[in-house]
Amino acid sequence: MRRAVLIAVPYLWLLALFLIPFFMVFKISMSDAILAIPPYGPTMKDGFRELISQLDFENFVFLTTDDLYWKAYLSSLKIAFIATVLTLMVGYPVAYAMARAPEEWRPTLMMLVILPFWTSFLIRVYAWIGILSTNGFLNQFLMGIGVISEPLTILNTNTAVYIGIIYTYVPFMILPIYAALDRLDASLIEAAEDLGCSRFKAFWLITFPLSKNGVFAGCFLVFIPALGEFVIPSLLGGSSTLMIGKVLFEEFSFNRDWPVASAVAVVLLLILIVPIVLFQMNQQRAQEAEQ
Amino acid sequence: MRNVMLGTVASLALLATAATAEEVRVYNWSDYIDEELLTKFEEETGIKLIYDVFDSNEVLETKMLTGSSGYDVVVPSGTFLQRQITAGAFQPLDMDKLSNKGNLWDVIEARTAQYDPENAHSINYMWGTTGLGVNVGKVTEALGADAPMGSLELVFNPANMEKLADCGVHFLDAPAEMIPAALNYIGEDPDSHDPDVIAKAEAVLMAVRPYITKFHSSEYINALANGDICVAFGWSGDILQARDRAAEAENGVEVAYTAPTEGALMWFDQMAIPADAPNPDAAHKFLNFILDAQNMADASNYVYYANGNKASQEFLVEDVIGDTAIYPDEATLENLYTTTPYPQKVQRVVTRLWTKIKSGT
Repeated sequence: MRRAVLIAVPYLWLLALFLIPFFMVFKISMSDAILAIPPYGPTMKDGFRELISQLDFENFVFLTTDDLYWKAYLSSLKIAFIATVLTLMVGYPVAYAMARAPEEWRPTLMMLVILPFWTSFLIRVYAWIGILSTNGFLNQFLMGIGVISEPLTILNTNTAVYIGIIYTYVPFMILPIYAALDRLDASLIEAAEDLGCSRFKAFWLITFPLSKNGVFAGCFLVFIPALGEFVIPSLLGGSSTLMIGKVLFEEFSFNRDWPVASAVAVVLLLILIVPIVLFQMNQQRAQEAEQ
Repeated sequence: MRNVMLGTVASLALLATAATAEEVRVYNWSDYIDEELLTKFEEETGIKLIYDVFDSNEVLETKMLTGSSGYDVVVPSGTFLQRQITAGAFQPLDMDKLSNKGNLWDVIEARTAQYDPENAHSINYMWGTTGLGVNVGKVTEALGADAPMGSLELVFNPANMEKLADCGVHFLDAPAEMIPAALNYIGEDPDSHDPDVIAKAEAVLMAVRPYITKFHSSEYINALANGDICVAFGWSGDILQARDRAAEAENGVEVAYTAPTEGALMWFDQMAIPADAPNPDAAHKFLNFILDAQNMADASNYVYYANGNKASQEFLVEDVIGDTAIYPDEATLENLYTTTPYPQKVQRVVTRLWTKIKSGT
């Protein structure tokens, strides 16, 4: 009995927070846009049989007729991928330094990583507008110390989007890598060095492979939200920054086409499920390996 | 369409003076009223006023079409109002409860009736035009003394735009306003719903696209006032705000607004009561309060937009009523055009065209 309850809890969680919302969106994606409240039909009010008979895949077919959608998916995948690699490059050294720091410093360092979350995400992204704009802090600083003579155009470009994503998601990269490095047995490194490894080689052969799970976890925690990111590209990106989150917003608000917007969201979810499943498999393998 | 602020909607819950359970929830554009009027309403009626603001018609429309917004009074623009009436989002007004309705201006009412037949669901709050804001000094410097500052030639002729590109040009990020303007420039019907005609706007906008610094619907206020850009295609009141900010800052920037001589879009923001408003009775009291000549004049004197209230005109300050950029003269008024909502299929064509113009995809 107790066992059944224990197993039921995660499944109920999955049902309530993933499957039910997913089917609601999926149902809308198969309906048609109409001018009414709500702006799609048929709905449950038309009767269950009527509802089922009128649903179709028309909106998914529509997505294939315009190259805007796959270009936006590809562009989002590219931006999310590059941003994840850059975040890893920034986050790994920080996590490594934290794990190597004296024991008594670690809580403080951990605090510093978490501290920005105390301010609203939106305000922090807005702050970057002030930093990156033509007359912003960064340009004034660089011009003040004489590094550049003309202000750099960073705001409203993809570079600003990368900066925004790295800044926002780097804690999600640092924390799992730190957790992995923290558990690392220091004697392994000592052994490697005793056996003639250079410090760099010891890192590459011992430390990095053992932190791989943290790296995987961090990369997925960054990649998945970055793929569907809307706020960062719309505030920091330019009009030529093409991301699926912006396309989805336009379908929803400018076109008032909730069914097509839902179809875009369903396809986005399918794209995300592949890395999520890979991640899960990796986690499972790691757990089995530990046992 | 007025001073639009990106970001989350700021909620401005005013402290009620009267200890009553009755409340009315108003959802209006940001920076679009003199806040003293809100206090005055509470004092006069004893109704607690909860005043929230939004930043785009699309945000409001999404709430209206979802239903159960919880608001008693909302302020969509004409074309959006018309579509939402068709969707059944608003209730007809009870004219018996609007004793000040006689204050309305028949000239404006005749125009708003095309969105709301017989003005049965709404009253005009404010109206304005979409036109050109120029930094007079910089444009003269770039194009010479005979620069076509009041003409669409300024922004749709690539030869002019090429010279203006260096000092910066902003366009509204509003396809339903910019595509009609482009059509008007080439002599087509700005209100065309024919996809083949709408497609002609693409060539006009694409030809000047390389010289447009940014498509944005609010940043141009500051950018114009600071002298960061030299031309903005934007909303009248916003550009007038930029003019005033520049004058206050005494930074040597002179901003001027003109409705293009070829014709300009005239838009109307209408107050309406959602079909499922929790307190329609208090909503009518709020509308009647706004219809009061003195109150409406106070609002216009504060935000620099014209209103649809004839009786309020005697209380308007000269800066407002005497400014042809706010209250156009007869000749300009003749030259203004209005648009009607795009049907769903055409809307998709318009949005797609806009995405193509902005992103090149």
